Amino acid sequence: MVYALPNLTDDSYFITLMIFSGINAIVAIGLCILMGSAGQVSLGQAGFYGIGAYASSVLSQSFGLPVVISMLCAAVISGIAAVILAAPSLRLKGHYLAVATLGFGEIIHIILNEFGPGGPSGFGDIPALSAGGFVLTTPAHVAWVVWGILLLLMIFSLNMLNARPGRALRALHGSETACNAMGLDVVGLKIKVFVLSAVYASIAGSLYAHYVSFISPSSFTLFHSVLLLMMVVLGGITTVWGGLVGAVIITLLPETLKAFEELDVLVYGLILTLSLLFLRRGIVPIVTAKIHSLLVRRNA
Amino acid sequence: MLTVFLQFLFSGLTVGSVYALVGMGFNIIYNATSIINLAQGEFVVIGGLLMWFFLESCKLPFLLAVALTILSAGLVALIMERLTIRPLKTNDLLIMIMVTVAVAIVMRGLLMFKFGKEPYSFAAFTEGDPLVIGGAVIQLQTLWVLGITGTCILALYAFFNLTIAGKAMRACSFDPTAASLVGIPVSRMIMFSFILSAMVGAIGGIAITPISLMEYDKGPMLAVKGFCAAMMGGLGRGRGAVVGGLTIGVLESMTAGYIHSGLKDAVALLILLSILFFRPAGLFGNAAMQRLKGH
Repeated sequence: MVYALPNLTDDSYFITLMIFSGINAIVAIGLCILMGSAGQVSLGQAGFYGIGAYASSVLSQSFGLPVVISMLCAAVISGIAAVILAAPSLRLKGHYLAVATLGFGEIIHIILNEFGPGGPSGFGDIPALSAGGFVLTTPAHVAWVVWGILLLLMIFSLNMLNARPGRALRALHGSETACNAMGLDVVGLKIKVFVLSAVYASIAGSLYAHYVSFISPSSFTLFHSVLLLMMVVLGGITTVWGGLVGAVIITLLPETLKAFEELDVLVYGLILTLSLLFLRRGIVPIVTAKIHSLLVRRNA
Repeated sequence: MLTVFLQFLFSGLTVGSVYALVGMGFNIIYNATSIINLAQGEFVVIGGLLMWFFLESCKLPFLLAVALTILSAGLVALIMERLTIRPLKTNDLLIMIMVTVAVAIVMRGLLMFKFGKEPYSFAAFTEGDPLVIGGAVIQLQTLWVLGITGTCILALYAFFNLTIAGKAMRACSFDPTAASLVGIPVSRMIMFSFILSAMVGAIGGIAITPISLMEYDKGPMLAVKGFCAAMMGGLGRGRGAVVGGLTIGVLESMTAGYIHSGLKDAVALLILLSILFFRPAGLFGNAAMQRLKGH
């Protein structure tokens, strides 16, 4: 199993990549639910990621709160920001939320740049992940925790999507008018999903900050929001597995593309463009459909 | 006191003009397709950098360089529309907007590869002593920027209201099906709207570069601010974008001057968010409200 991998190797480079994949995957599955199920797009997910990182770091470092508590507080702050952002813009057509989130993400970046501790150069000495006196010291432990949290969130998301909220979301994707007619609170549902995705992003941001112990505003830019979007599109928005697969691929990609050096921006853009044009359904849905059709043919 | 105020006002109007041009670019495409082309800012960058390339690197005469730059921007837009927007054949606005974001990244990657990360500039269009009005110094290039913006606005207004092609493009925005029934080649009009908006953006880039320099990664911010300008005037309403752009430019410059320069970029975004929340049809219109309201 993937979750057992960190113990199989002492290669710290590999473990670091595992941790970053897991952190990105947490944001990506949240974005997946938002895009695939609620049909909304967010270009400001890095903003929530940044709030998670900064709020949790400041609370635990300057106010001495336990890391777990500050992570939860950060998630609450992100959730509130998400409600404030989503409530008015979700009443408008889809792309208005996209633009509002883009503006939101940039504002967060500017605020962190101007008023965040350390300004544009960021700050360090952020306490490591810990719970009840037990401090995570080795990267392998962090990898376990990150993928553990990811697993829990995956289970939660899959269950939610299979239960009543998930059915409501699928109905929403089918026909919003019909949903309204059936008495579903469409806007309320969309806001809840948006908050959920913001909380996921916030948790991931907190994990990132407490793992790397040094953060600066440059990690929370529009480019990062686009990267997160790319993970989801590449993996496939219709299933949360898509977010996971996409996150792992996009996180590992720069390592394999190192030969391109200065061209990395270009290659990223090309991959996103091509996957939008040719893999619009995403890797996971395409592969599962292939496997499904193979199985059906064999049974027939 | 007044001198400083005037100085801020003029510099605000200068950047504001470029926002207005970008905003009009958004409107042109939005009117023909209801797509929000987030690669709009990249065309301004293309305008500035290619102008430098033709003028300083190739040593071409000024007017030829201008013509080549504008044509190249149009060509890039043509390629973008033919290769990415048209093959999509989807009504999913989400996908279309994301494609424009992706294309913008590709363009930025190419520009960075060709020009690197340093800022570029070239000489102002005309040499001469700056004007002094009420103690405030106004560079001649500022007048060029304002004049060019005004000319673009008038030309676009004339195009959309007086020519058959312009009227046909507007018809596509009202109802593509009806437009194609009366024989308007809708797909060609969409392509044309991309080219036109790219050219407008490039003109803005050419005009502003001698004043504010140009680098490969200015696109997203320009796009955001141009979009704010378009939203402020009401998306799709040409003249609104002009007022919106100039307002944002002036407010920005005042914020930078009187409050805190780091907050300059936040102004436009705050305006954008408040408009989205309180007056989504823009400050000047409510006729478009019906079109904006989703349900």
